[in-house]
Parts: sequence; structure tokens; C-alpha cells
Amino acid sequence: MAKIRLDNLRKSYGGTEVLHGVSGEIEDGELVVIVGPSGCGKSTLLRMIAGLETVTAGEIHIGERMVNGLEPARRDIAMVFQNYALYPHMTVRQNMAYGLKIRGLPKEEINRRVEEAADILELREYLERKPRQLSGGQRQRVAMGRAIVRDPQVFLFDEPLSNLDAKLRVQMRLEIRKLQKRLGVTSIYVTHDQVEAMTLGDRLMVLNGGYVEQFGTPIEVYERPQTVFVAGFIGSPAMNFLPAELSDGHVVLGNGARVPGGAGEGEVTLGLRPEHLVADEDGPVRVRVALMEQLGANTLIHGVLEGTDQEMVVSLHGIRDIAEGEVMGFSAPQDALHLFDRRSGRRIN
Amino acid sequence: MVENRPWLAFFTHVVLLIGIAIIALPIWITFVAATHDEIRMTQVPLPLLPGDQFWVNLKATLFGRGLSGTETAPVWLMMLNSLVMALGIALGKIAISLLSAFAIVYFRFPFRMGFFWMIFITLMLPVEVRIVPTFEVVAQLGLLNSYAGLTIPLIASATATFMFRQVFLTIPDEMLESARIDGAGPMRFFFDILLPLSRTNIAALFVILFIYGWNQYLWPLLITTDSDMTTIVMSIKQMLEAAEQSPQWNIIMMTALLAMLPPVLVVVLMQKLFVKGLTETEK
Ligand SMILES: Nc1ncnc2c1ncn2[C@@H]1O[C@H](COP(=O)(O)OP(=O)(O)O)[C@@H](O)[C@H]1O
Ligand SMILES: [Mg+2]
Repeated sequence: MAKIRLDNLRKSYGGTEVLHGVSGEIEDGELVVIVGPSGCGKSTLLRMIAGLETVTAGEIHIGERMVNGLEPARRDIAMVFQNYALYPHMTVRQNMAYGLKIRGLPKEEINRRVEEAADILELREYLERKPRQLSGGQRQRVAMGRAIVRDPQVFLFDEPLSNLDAKLRVQMRLEIRKLQKRLGVTSIYVTHDQVEAMTLGDRLMVLNGGYVEQFGTPIEVYERPQTVFVAGFIGSPAMNFLPAELSDGHVVLGNGARVPGGAGEGEVTLGLRPEHLVADEDGPVRVRVALMEQLGANTLIHGVLEGTDQEMVVSLHGIRDIAEGEVMGFSAPQDALHLFDRRSGRRIN
Repeated sequence: MVENRPWLAFFTHVVLLIGIAIIALPIWITFVAATHDEIRMTQVPLPLLPGDQFWVNLKATLFGRGLSGTETAPVWLMMLNSLVMALGIALGKIAISLLSAFAIVYFRFPFRMGFFWMIFITLMLPVEVRIVPTFEVVAQLGLLNSYAGLTIPLIASATATFMFRQVFLTIPDEMLESARIDGAGPMRFFFDILLPLSRTNIAALFVILFIYGWNQYLWPLLITTDSDMTTIVMSIKQMLEAAEQSPQWNIIMMTALLAMLPPVLVVVLMQKLFVKGLTETEK
């Protein structure tokens, strides 16, 4: 098992830089999820750690070793790909054993490891099948098995669940989580799915446009997003953002309404999560309802801040019945206010 | 399109039967001619039913010293020469093409595109076009009347290289990356992953190239003067002109039959893989 340290990693393709200095430490046995929108550089970062892409600048340490110049096979890692990348002409057993065979392990040892992994993943009866005779979920497991038998210092996952249907995805997500805890192998997991990121990660590294926006536990990222981007990316439905101004202990909204909270002066962006607004007839945040979505467990109210055209979403518990065009009042608890500098987008409270 | 019209079915069958007859009749006549004795084949009308001399003719053709009055190699030796040439060309082409496609697809070396285009240009230079300079080169190297001279000039092959390039391009990059993580070096990846994945394509190409090699006429004619190096395809033509007397049709037709046999065998035996190689897309 090993720590991973990333030190100001940069990557350029030709003249364009796609990663602009990524740093961070991943603890022994921890599962870190790298999450961000498509094209933000997640896969590139993971592939650099795997040794499949060259490092333009910066350092990667796995355990005590600086691995920048090492071939993938010598980094003591295992990787699970989005399309599984199983060898189609080999049986499940051969697929899992291939890496060990190359390493020159004795036959009995290889068989022992393969069968042990097959037991963990419930693949025993499929060992002699070819990948094309397996379902998507089973192939996924074989890909995991191939990683496990190597007994590596680090697992790397690149969107391993995105080819599965929704139900299987939830199930496999839990299994990966359990397996990772059980084996205690330091892991990095890449996904663009924020739900997957929140449920799976010990910590999240939120990446945007090649920059690390925030690196923290799921709760930290949810409760104290450090930038407007993180605030908008994590959480569903997405956070509401309203242009506002700070003045003597209040946040003044575009329609002049004053919400208690905040300190200092100046232009800010106010972030309010839909689920943190509380229905309150006298509340300062007044929303003209345009559309309702009944989800059963809760009700989503789409509308605009009254007197402006700033769109807002509010999520209330249970089933509500509200007429379109009605104006509803909401209050916002002080600890639910997220204040960001208008220009830099950084958190200020 | 499934239609149920008896007249259409009848008509299509008639057309197909006529087609088969047109193709099969010459082969039948060849076979019949190979089963009669020499005298019978000079009398009109020519026989349309097989005679009883098949085994006699077969033995005379395979092991005899050629047509009476000439000194050519026995046909079994010609078949062996043809086989060596056809196998040499087919296997040589496949090996060279696999390796060059591997280099072009998986390695980043200087002037990669330059080499790619150089290979491409050879498409415009089949043996027939460069036959005089190629002959000169082979003669200078002292390869006349040798298996090397028969095969090597025909081996470099742009078409096969392109085919394997296309095959390799359909193999996802992750396969290579996975193999790298597993610790497979380039040649290991080639033998353990690429070759098995190209198996059916190799088989399809083998069939085509074996027939191409077996049917070579002009090149062997040019570079073999020693009768022990003649190939069966060129010998048929020579037999027609060889003797002063009228052609020995029974022997010539038997030789023609024998010349047809190996390509037919290759096609029949490799049919399944051949079709798969040309149609299969799943990787
Ligand atoms: N081989 C490459 N050559 C040039 N640009 C690349 C290459 N691979 C990735 N990129 C670019 O790098 C950026 C990050 O890509 P990637 O890491 O794949 O994003 P994602 O977060 O979706 O996994 C993208 O803008 C992509 O276009
Ligand atoms: Mg990606």
C-alpha cells in the first residue's frame, strides 16, 4: 500500500496546456475521486499517474518512489478502463493471469490468485468463458479481477461504470466501494458523475479546465464549496446563484430584498441550495412560481426571483400543491448562504 | 427479400445451372481427357465420357520424364516447386505486411509518414511493370534458378500492409495500454494480442495470396532456365509447344488437373476462416 503525491503536475499537447499544475496527496488506503465535466483533464491526469502519458512538468510519487520515468508495468499499479479492454481471444482466466504470467510467477501461484479473485467477484463459473460470452456487468467484474490479481499498490479507475445501465451502476458502485475498503488499496477513481463521486469517495478532487477547484471530503465539498464552479457542479438540483451586494450584515438581492447574513461590503454572488430554502410566508426570498415538478419524495418549484428575471429552483419535502403564478416566500438560514466574490468566483464566507 | 413466385424460382435456377455448366464443362472435358489414352485423344469425335486410363495417366504424369521426346522434370517436382513458391510468397507477404503495419500503426519513428507513402507507391509497381530491372537485380544477386529468386521479388506487398493497418486501427488503444500495464513489451503485444486478433484476416489473406503465388506465370518463366526449377503453371504452356508431334492431351490435361488441385484444397479447407476474415467486424 502506498501514498501518492502529485507535485505541480502539468501536461501539454503540442502547444496547448490541458493540466495547469495539479498538486495533492492521497493517503494510504484512501479512495480519491477525480470529478469534473467532460474534457477537464481527468483521464489525462489518471493516465499520467498510470504512466500511459508522459509528464510535461511536475512529479508523481507512489510510495517512496518518484515514478515519472517508469513504465506502467513497473509502477505497481492496476487500471480498470471504461470499455474494460479485456483481451477478446483469451478466456476470463487467461485475461486475469496474463500480467502475472509475464511477471514470471509460478503456475500454482497464478492459479491461486486468479481463483481467489474469482471467488471475491463471484466469477468462478465463468473462468473458462471468453469475454464476449459475458454480460456487461460480468465483464466489468473481470476487469476488476484483472486488477486485483496483480495485488498492486494503487488501483486506477477511469469511468469504469459508465457503460452499464443505471441499476447495475448503483450496484457495482457499492461493490467497488466494499472491495476497496476490504482490500485497503489506495485508489483513484475518475468520473464525471457527481452522485458517483459523492457516494464513492473518501475525498473528491474537483477538476475544471485543468485546474483543481477543490480537494476535500464529500461533505466539505457540499457544505463549503470553495468556488462558484464547485458549488454549481456538486449537488442536484444545482445551486441557485443570484447577483447580490453586501451591506451592514445583510445580503441585498437584485430586487432589493435583504437576507440577514454575511459581513463586509461589495458585490458578491449568493449561492442558495434548492433544498436549503425554507418555506416562510414572511421570508425575504420571494419566488414567482412558473412550473412544478412532483417527484413524490419532494417537489421542485421552478420560478424567478420576484421583480427580476433571475431563475430559481426550490426543493420542498413531500407533495405540495401550488398554483402557477403564485408568489411564495422563503427564508434562508445563515449557514445555508454561500457567498462568492463576484469577480474571482472564490468563496468569501 | 423473400418472394414466392414459382416462375421466378424456376428462371433463377435455370440461369444458375447454365452458369455452372459454362464453368464446369471445360473442367469436365479436362477430366475426361485425362482418363483416355493418347491415341483416343487424337480421334474425332472427342470423348465426352471418362475412360479407364486415369491411374495410368496419373502415374505417367507425376513420375514420368515428361512428354515423350522431351526431357522435362517430373510433374511432382514441378508441383513441389509451385508449392514452395506459393507458400513462400503467401507466408512472406503476410509476415512482412504484419510487421510493417505494426510499425506504422504502433510506433512513432522519424519519417513514419514518408515510409507509409513509400509503401503506398509500390501499389503502382507490380512485378510486370518493373520486370526488367527486377530481373537485373535478381540476376546480379545470383538468384536465378533458386527459390529465393522465385519468391522474394514478389513478397513486398502494399495491399496486405494496408489491410493489416486497417485491422490494427480497429483494435482499441486501451488494448495496448492494458498490455503495457500487464508488462507486455512490443513484440509480446504483437504475438500475444495482435496476431490472435488478426487470425481470421491472416487466413483470408493467405488464401488469396496462395492462389496469387501458385498462378504466377511470367516471373518464373523469366528467371528459371533449369528444368528442375520449373513450376507447374508455366509447364503446361511449355508442354503444348514442346514436342514436334501433336500434343499428348492426356498428359497435358492431367497436369492441368493437378495444377488446379492445391488452390481448390486451400479454398475448401480455409473457407470458414476466409469468410469470417472478410466479414467479421467484432473485435
Ligand atoms: N492525445 C491528445 N492530443 C491532444 N489533446 C488531447 C489528447 N488527449 C486529450 N486531449 C485534450 O485534453 C483535454 C482533457 O482530456 P481528457 O483528460 O480526456 O478529459 P476528460 O476529463 O473528459 O477525461 C481535452 O480538451 C482533450 O481534447
Ligand atoms: Mg475521460
